[in-house]
Amino acid sequence: MTHHIIAVRTYLIIYFALIAFLFATVGASFLPSTAPHLLIAMTIATIKAVLIILFFMHVYYSNRLTWIVAVASLLWLTLLLAFTLADYFSRGWLDIPGK
Amino acid sequence: MHTTSTSATLDDDQPLLMSHFDDLEQQHDASNLGMWFFLATEVMFFSGMLAAYAIYRSLSPEAFHLGSRHMHLWLGFANTLVLLTSSLTMALGVRASQLGRRNQVVWYLLATAVLGIAFLGVKAVEYTKEINHHLFPGKHFVVPADDAEALMKVSATPEELHLNLGRFQMMFVLYFCLTAVHAFHMIVGIVIVLIMAELMRRKWFSGHGTTQIEVLGLYWHFVDVVWVFLYPLLYLID
Repeated sequence: MTHHIIAVRTYLIIYFALIAFLFATVGASFLPSTAPHLLIAMTIATIKAVLIILFFMHVYYSNRLTWIVAVASLLWLTLLLAFTLADYFSRGWLDIPGK
Repeated sequence: MHTTSTSATLDDDQPLLMSHFDDLEQQHDASNLGMWFFLATEVMFFSGMLAAYAIYRSLSPEAFHLGSRHMHLWLGFANTLVLLTSSLTMALGVRASQLGRRNQVVWYLLATAVLGIAFLGVKAVEYTKEINHHLFPGKHFVVPADDAEALMKVSATPEELHLNLGRFQMMFVLYFCLTAVHAFHMIVGIVIVLIMAELMRRKWFSGHGTTQIEVLGLYWHFVDVVWVFLYPLLYLID
């Protein structure tokens, strides 16, 4: 059985990177309200999530099947959000009587 | 159970090979994959509430903005820190189990559980504050006067104001649902971590319990990932 054992150093680097991103996301929330807050916050959150998934959850060193399942779960989330929001945003576009 | 006549005594370093697997590698991968499939369903479980959040926030951004100002930003910050640290201790616990250091695994698991309990403690303090300020949705919910005034300014008609006031409360419905469901996952995680720590102490698992601790780690990190998204969405709206 082969395991890729990640060095303690790598774990610590990832951990401090996560802390740095946490400070970044709190700092960004104090930016003036003209800044694209949601975009910045979600970008930082996604980077943090990817770091956790790749290294803490070992996906980077895992087999392809694990990759597929991990990515597929995000695919369902994207589908749900994309179709639901597309519906809500486009409701007023067409003037359909009785809608 | 796989036994051969040549190995009458159990080799502590090697996991037992169950009869329905070809080899240890396959057995290990199957456990990991099983947890990943479970986590995929968990993503979908949280997706429903996140989609509801996205819809209501896009309908009434101002109400969500005002609502998030009542969240305790620094308590949430401290909790994020605690949770990220617990993920580190869990990751180091998994590493220790891969190296066969049983005692270290027990200590790292205990540290993880303690940090998890600290997270829940801070969460309880936050809930108490919010409930005392009449921000728990339902019969006793009161929209603070400042917020009602601000919503009046952004609403063109009384009808719109009514909707905005409702969505202000909806922000708290989503906040309490999302964080409570997350906290429930934490409680389950802590209980399992403590059970696994005790089983590790008793040398319950073959092969140093590497597979078991790795799979537990996956669950714990997943709960951490969920919080990584919840924190900015609920506490940090501008």
